[in-house]
Amino acid sequence: MRRTPRDTEVTARRVTRRALLMGAGMSVMVAALGARMRFLGVEQADEFRLLAEENRINIRLIPPARGLIQDRNGKLIAGNEQNYRVVITREDAGKTDQEVESVLNRLSHVIPMTQEDLASTMKDIKRNSPFVPIIVAERLDWNELSHISINSPALPGVAPEVGLSRNYPRDFDFAHVVGYVGPVSDKDIEAQESPDPLLRIPKFQIGKIGVERWMEDTLRGSAGTKRIEVNAVGRVMRELSREEGQKGKDIRLTIDADVQNFVQARLGDESAACVVMDVTNGDIIAAVSSPSFDPNLFVRGISQKDYSALTEHDHRPLANKVVQGAYPPGSTFKMVTALAALADGLIDENSIVRCPGYAEIGGRRFYCWKHAGHGTVNLKRSLAESCDVFYYDTCQKVGIDKIAEMGRKLGFGARADLPMSAISEGVMPDKAWKQARYKKDWVIGDTINASIGQGYVLATPLQLAVMAARIASGTQVAPRIIQSINDQPVPVEPAPSLGIEGSKLRAVQMAMFEVMNGAHGTGKGARIEDASMQMCGKSGTAQVRNISTAERDSGVIGNDRLPWKQRDHALFVAFAPADNPKYAVSVVVEHGSSGSGTAGPIARDALLRALTGGIPPLSAYPASQRGRMETLLNELKLRLPDGSTPAPSKV
Amino acid sequence: MSFLEYRLKLAPTGVSKVFYINWALILLLTAIAAIGWLMLYSIAGGNIDTWALPQIKRFVLGMVILLSVAVVPIWFWRSMSGLAYGVAMILLLLVEFFGTVGMGAQRWIDIGFMRIQPSELMKVTLVMMLATYYDWLDDKKVSRPLWVIIPVVLIVAPTILVLMQPNLGTSVMLIVAGGAVMFAAGVSYWYFAGVIALVGGTIFAVIFSEGKSWQLLHDYQYKRIHTFLDPAADPLGAGYNIIQAKIALGSGGWAGKGFMQGTQSRLNFLPEKHTDFIFTTLGEEFGFVGAISLLALYTLVLVMCIYAAVQNKDRFSQLLIIGVAVNFFLYIAVNLSMVMGMAPVVGVPLPLLSYGGSATLVILLAFGLVQSAIVHRPR
Repeated sequence: MRRTPRDTEVTARRVTRRALLMGAGMSVMVAALGARMRFLGVEQADEFRLLAEENRINIRLIPPARGLIQDRNGKLIAGNEQNYRVVITREDAGKTDQEVESVLNRLSHVIPMTQEDLASTMKDIKRNSPFVPIIVAERLDWNELSHISINSPALPGVAPEVGLSRNYPRDFDFAHVVGYVGPVSDKDIEAQESPDPLLRIPKFQIGKIGVERWMEDTLRGSAGTKRIEVNAVGRVMRELSREEGQKGKDIRLTIDADVQNFVQARLGDESAACVVMDVTNGDIIAAVSSPSFDPNLFVRGISQKDYSALTEHDHRPLANKVVQGAYPPGSTFKMVTALAALADGLIDENSIVRCPGYAEIGGRRFYCWKHAGHGTVNLKRSLAESCDVFYYDTCQKVGIDKIAEMGRKLGFGARADLPMSAISEGVMPDKAWKQARYKKDWVIGDTINASIGQGYVLATPLQLAVMAARIASGTQVAPRIIQSINDQPVPVEPAPSLGIEGSKLRAVQMAMFEVMNGAHGTGKGARIEDASMQMCGKSGTAQVRNISTAERDSGVIGNDRLPWKQRDHALFVAFAPADNPKYAVSVVVEHGSSGSGTAGPIARDALLRALTGGIPPLSAYPASQRGRMETLLNELKLRLPDGSTPAPSKV
Repeated sequence: MSFLEYRLKLAPTGVSKVFYINWALILLLTAIAAIGWLMLYSIAGGNIDTWALPQIKRFVLGMVILLSVAVVPIWFWRSMSGLAYGVAMILLLLVEFFGTVGMGAQRWIDIGFMRIQPSELMKVTLVMMLATYYDWLDDKKVSRPLWVIIPVVLIVAPTILVLMQPNLGTSVMLIVAGGAVMFAAGVSYWYFAGVIALVGGTIFAVIFSEGKSWQLLHDYQYKRIHTFLDPAADPLGAGYNIIQAKIALGSGGWAGKGFMQGTQSRLNFLPEKHTDFIFTTLGEEFGFVGAISLLALYTLVLVMCIYAAVQNKDRFSQLLIIGVAVNFFLYIAVNLSMVMGMAPVVGVPLPLLSYGGSATLVILLAFGLVQSAIVHRPR
C-alpha cells in the first residue's frame, strides 16, 4: 500500500502520543507495585518476619525421665527401662503399598507378628504422612533386635528405636501401693485447669492409681524443649537448639520391699489385706492387698482377656483392700469401747460384769459369742476371752457419742492422708450420723452392735493398724508412706498425745497382752514365744450375714459349712514388742472364718518379719508350732535378695 | 516513493544488521533471566539440575530464536502475521479437543519434543495481527464502527477459546494487550470509555451472579476472588498461597535473609515457588532492595520498548513494539499484584523468571520481533 510521508508523520505522531500516554499509565502501576513492595518488605516486615519464624520453627517437648520409686532401703520399685522398638518409615520402605507390605511380611518372619498386627500397622502407615515413623513392635529383646539389624538390607525403612518406659521389677508386690502408669486420656487433660503440655505428647504416660498417680507432679519432672525447623508438611529438617528438662524427682517410700514381699506371699491366695506400721513415726512398713496383679500389664496395654480375668475374679484383685475395703471391725473394736469407758471413769480395771451368754436389753436378747457365758468378767478377761456381754453392758453406760469420739481419736471414720486411690473413710457412727444418713433416731440396739464393732461400724485395714499403733504409742500417730523425695527426708511432726491417762491405756495394753499370752487368750495360738518380741493383740471375727433366731435355736452353722461368700471376716490387730512397741499390724482376711485362727498367725508372722529383719526365726514360735511353721515359711514363694524371682502368681 | 522502497533503501543488510540490534536490551533481558536462574538454584536448595539448568537451556534456545527473528526483515514478519494468527487459532482449537489437561485446565499441546501453550503464542500473534491490520487500514477509517468491529473480533475470538480452557489470566491479557494496540493505533477514546463502562457493568454482573443459576465463572474462580478479598478466612485452604507469599515477601525485610537463606521457600511453605510465585523467594532472600531492583530492570525494559516505538516511523513496527511492551508489562503487573496480594491468583508467570518453557520462548520470540523492528526501522 502507499502512503504519503506526511500521512505517516501524522499517524506516527499520534502513535507516539498514545504510546506515551500508556507509558504514563504503566508508570502509575509500577509505582503502585513499588509502594506495595515497600509496604510489605519495610513497613510490615517485622510482623511477617515473626510469621515466617512461626512457620519455620516448631517447639518439640523432650519428655523427662520419670522419677524412680524406691523402698525405704533404696530397692527399686518403679523404674524406667529401655524400651527397644522397631519403627517403619513408609517413604523409605517402598513406593507402593505392595512394596511396604512385602517389607512388613519379611519383618514378620524376623519378629513375631500376627496377621492382625500387620493389618493394623498397615492402617497406621496409610493414615500418617509418609515420613512419620510408625511403631511396628515394642519391647523387643536383644535377640530380636539383632535379627532385625542383620536383616536390615532386606528391610528398607525399618529401624530400631529406643525409648524409656515404666517398669515395675517387683510387679505383684506393689501393684496397689505404687499403682501404674498409663496413656493420658482426654479425661486426664480435662481434669486439669492448665494441663502440662507434656500430656499432649503421643504415648506419654502418667500415673493412673496409687503413688504413681497421687505423686504424679513430683514424679513427672518438667519437659525439656528442642526447637526444630520443619517444612510445610511438618518434616523435621534440623534441630536448632535444645534445652534439657528436669528429671522427675525420686521418691523413697517408707515401705520395706522385703517385708512387703513376705506379707504378700504370706497372704497367699486369700482375699485379704495387711498393714504393718511403725508406731513411733507412722511409717507404713508394708501395705498389702491380696490377691494382687502385675502392674506391668497395664503399662504395656493390658489385653481384654487379662483385664476381664482381673475384673471378674471374686477376690477383686484390682481393689486395694488396705484403704478401699471397709469391714465391720468386729471384736477388734472392743478396745475403743473399753477406752471410751475408762477415759470417762465409768469403769476401771476391776469393774465386773456377769456374762450369762447373753444380755437382755429393751426386751431383746443380745448373745455373747460364747453361749455358755463367761461368768464374771473384768476388763482383762473381757478382751482376752472377747466377752461380748461385758461390752453390751459397758456401752450402755458410755453411750454411742462417747464411743464414736474415742473411735475418731483412734483413727476411725477419717480418711487417711495418703497418696493412694479411692481411700475409704469407713464409718464411725453416732446419733447425728444416723440421723443424717438414714433420717432415723439412734436406738440402743445400734449402740450394742457398735460396741463390738458390728452394725454400722466400718473400718479399713489401714484404720485398724492406725488404731493399734495409737493404742501402742499413746499418741495420735498418723500413717505415712513417703519417706523422702530426692533424698530430702519428708519431716515427721512428733505425734500429739491421745490424751488418755497412762494407767488407763496400760490397762487396755495389758488386756491385749493377755489376749496373746493369757491362759485363755483367744490369740494364744498366734503368740510369739520369744520374750523380747511378745505381742499384744486382739482378734475379731465379723459376721457378714444375719443369723436368724431359728438358726440360733438349732445351732449356728459353722463357717466351714458355709459358702465362701457367707463366711465371717477374720480380723486381727496387734503390736509388738509388748514392753516397748515398735510395730503395729492389722490383718483382714475376707471370709477367713476366724480372727484368731486365720488372721492372727498372719499378723504374728508379719510382725516377726518386721522385727527381726529377716525370715522369722523358729525359736520365736511356740514349740508346738515350729514344725508346721518351718514348712509354711519354706513354702512361701519369696523373692531372692536381688528381687529377681517372679512373685507367686496370684491370678 | 513507496514506503516499501523507502525502507529497503535504508535498512541495513547482511552482517551489518548485528550492529543495529539493541544489545542493551538483550543484556537487560539476560540480566533479568540470570536473576531467575539464581532464584531457581536457591529454591532447589542449591541444586542446579532441578530447575536452573533446564531454564538456562530454554533461555539459550530462546535467545537463538530472538536473534534469528531479529535479523529477518520486519516486513517479512508483517507478511506472516495473518498466517501466524491463523496457526495460533488452529492450535487453540486443537487444545480444546486434544490438549493435555494440566493444572486443572486444558492449556498444553504436546508436539513431541516439547509441550506448547498456544495461548502464550497467541499473545504475540494477536499483536502482530492487529499491527498489520492497522498498518493496512486507512488512517481515516480507524474509528469507524465497521473497522472497529474487525479488530474486536480478532481479539475476542481467541479470548473466548482461552477463556474456555479456562485461563482467566491470559484472557485478560489478550483483551488488554489487544485493546492497547487499538488504542495506540488511534481508535477514538469514546470506544474505550464505552468498553470500560461495559467491563465495569460486567464485573458487577459477574459478582452478582454468584450462586445464581446463571453463574458466569467457575466455582474455583469465585473462590479465588473471595480468597483475594479475605485470604485470612481460609488460611490453610484457598488463602494459603497468598498468606504464605506475603509472609515470604514481608519477612525478607529491607535487605532480605540472604541468598539461599529463605526459609519460606526452602521449607516448602511457598506454593508454586519456582513458577508463578518465584518473586516471593526473591523478596524473601534479597528483601525490598532486591525486589525493587528487579522492578527497576523491568521498567527499564519497558522504557526502552516505548522509546523504540516512539523512535520508529513504521506504523507496523510501532504498534508491534507497543503491543509486545504492553504484554510484557501485563505479565509483570498481573503476576506481581497477585503474589503481593493485590489481585486474585490467576496463574500468570513472571516473565523470564518463572520456570516454564512456553512463556520464556514466546517472550524472547516477541523481543526478537521488537529487535527486528529496531534493526529494520526506517532511517
